[in-house]
Amino acid sequence: MPQNEQEIIAKTTSKSYPFGFRSVIATEQAERGLNEAVIRFIAQKRDEPVWLLDWRLAAYRHWLTMNEPTWANVAYPQIDYQAMHYYAAPKQRQALNSLSEVDPAIRETFEKLGIPVFEQERLAGIAIDAVIDSVSVATSVHETLQNLGIVFCSLGEAVQKYPDLVRQYLGSVVPANDNFFAALNAAVMSDGTFVYIPTGVHCPIELSTYFRMNAANTGQFERTLIIAEADSYVSYLEGCTAPRREENQLHAAVVEIVALENAEVRYATVQNWYPGDEQGKGGVYNFVTKRGHCLGKRSKISWTQVETGAAITWKYPSVILEGDESEGAFYSVAVTTARQQADTGTKMIHLGKNTRSTVIAKSIAAGESRNTYRGLVKVGSKGEGAKNYSQCDSLLIGGKSSAHTFPTLESRQTKANVQHEATTSKISDEQLFYLNQRGIRTEDAVGLIVNGYCREVMSRLPMEFAVEAKKLLSLTLVGAVG
Amino acid sequence: MSAPLLSINNLTVVKDEVPILSGCSLTVPKGEVHVIVGQNGSGKSTLAATLAGKPGYQITQGSINYLGKDLLTMTPEVRAGEGIFLAFQYPVEIPGLSMIEFLRASTNAVRGYRGEASLEPLPFLDYVRSKLKVLKLGEQFLERSVNDGFSGGEKKRNEILQLLLLEPRLAILDETDSGLDADALRTVAQVIQELRSPEESFLIITHYAKLLSCLTVNRVHVMHQGKIACSGGTEIITDIERHGYAGLFASL
Repeated sequence: MPQNEQEIIAKTTSKSYPFGFRSVIATEQAERGLNEAVIRFIAQKRDEPVWLLDWRLAAYRHWLTMNEPTWANVAYPQIDYQAMHYYAAPKQRQALNSLSEVDPAIRETFEKLGIPVFEQERLAGIAIDAVIDSVSVATSVHETLQNLGIVFCSLGEAVQKYPDLVRQYLGSVVPANDNFFAALNAAVMSDGTFVYIPTGVHCPIELSTYFRMNAANTGQFERTLIIAEADSYVSYLEGCTAPRREENQLHAAVVEIVALENAEVRYATVQNWYPGDEQGKGGVYNFVTKRGHCLGKRSKISWTQVETGAAITWKYPSVILEGDESEGAFYSVAVTTARQQADTGTKMIHLGKNTRSTVIAKSIAAGESRNTYRGLVKVGSKGEGAKNYSQCDSLLIGGKSSAHTFPTLESRQTKANVQHEATTSKISDEQLFYLNQRGIRTEDAVGLIVNGYCREVMSRLPMEFAVEAKKLLSLTLVGAVG
Repeated sequence: MSAPLLSINNLTVVKDEVPILSGCSLTVPKGEVHVIVGQNGSGKSTLAATLAGKPGYQITQGSINYLGKDLLTMTPEVRAGEGIFLAFQYPVEIPGLSMIEFLRASTNAVRGYRGEASLEPLPFLDYVRSKLKVLKLGEQFLERSVNDGFSGGEKKRNEILQLLLLEPRLAILDETDSGLDADALRTVAQVIQELRSPEESFLIITHYAKLLSCLTVNRVHVMHQGKIACSGGTEIITDIERHGYAGLFASL
């Protein structure tokens, strides 16, 4: 490749991160460090019942016996878990009567991010929960949702208003002792979103949560719980950003989804945490456990993710296919540039009869980044007739990035059909020249080729977000187009 | 003869340290259709690639003047904006990128260069539909990925579709007629006949006389060992058909 083209690619694939601003918001924090007193402080701040505090403490005690996993294909310095804060909340008056009472600095933060949480008139097709650091600051409430009996609120609010539901399902998909980061999350979990769709209800609008990390030296440990009763449907989207900071920030979230008979949950993520600078300084450590449980017959859960941010990503959204004829899907675009490292993929656990899963994973590695797909397809002894199709594609940009694929298959069933395909490609000089010859500048050409490569996944995103996600991809890889 | 659109003077081009063109000169006046023939390896495609500004071709000598400007200082996309269009011999596949998105990006890039307004999706769809009709292509063509899974003939027609959309001043067709059936060939010839105007010139690289039989040609050039060995009217084609290239060069 000629020098000038390499330069253009280097320039256009370098990081541009427009969400790196910090907001000055009066914040209340827990003391640095992690101990039982801090956990009690969090529970007290959130006015939690005793059973929940006990659950947290049990998780914490278990966590103390666990070791941080080291098997992922990522490298980072030892995290000092005593050096950070485990709770930070924007100070605000206790009960707000309306969204207009929200701290102007918070409003301004979300306006800058382009999140229309405070603009009711623009919210016709979507309801948004906005979370800063450890707490939910505002939820746009829709009459439509209330009339249908749909619950869409922060998890903190749900603990107060729907304790039985929360107690029944919390930890039922991702147990408190599931893994190191999940246990940490259970101990110190902060606000995430709670969604409950009653039997037979088709949620007519998109539900969305926007997570923002703002406070310095603070981890974010949100927990989201989605319950879809029989014959219900919901489409949910989360977005995330964080300020540009020199130190690394820890994000260890848990998402649990339960789908009962015939229910369908579509979960989409556009993850754009601060990735660190060109030299790899700063950035968010994103260690996330996401799991769905297709509990009922013919239930469906799909994960769609566009991962462009974070310094380190460790994330495997999975589906346990317990109900007969249930379906799981994972559609992923993971982009790494500069010094980012991503180890991401999925687990599809086929337990019921005639279950199906689809995995489409697209990774794009530019700069000096490392991008790994890690997947597990497991078919249990009763998983007769299970079908899986997995396709893992890697696109390398420039000569210093690397892509790795680790697919694993474990089957105890002879009557299962599992297919795996993998490709690795590069943006070729021929493709760039072809587009250049048609008048298209190299930076735009890279954007077109990359978006084309991701089309299968992007087309799964809800309409409004597909446009946003496409822009984000171009923005991440094609700085000049911004 | 009208003012020259393109004049190539004593051009030497090296690729991977091997000289491919050496002392090549050629002039194409405005509004004319010129044809380049020659044996495999004589440098025809290198000339086309050099005109379009493909990276990897090193110009060690000579100059190219295009509309009074130095073509060699322009990037490939600027050349496209200035009206140079290359119909590729082997169009590249871009999986996932839809034709409609690609065609609109391309059309609007060139329109933008010319200072014309971008076409919004709906007016663009009307525009592209009118061109599809000319080439007898169905609308589902637009939903496919660029050249991905196209037959040889579809790839070539796709090149002509882009030619129609971009309205270049100099269209270079690099063996666009190879792999086309008789009907498609006639369509391409028709398109060229209709497009040729004082504002639109053609440089057609071909191996076959067939295309030329349905086209009025101003001049034929024979390329040999990296330069234009002789030029003339279509009678040169007849000579080559009868006596082969060896016979032609022997008579020179």
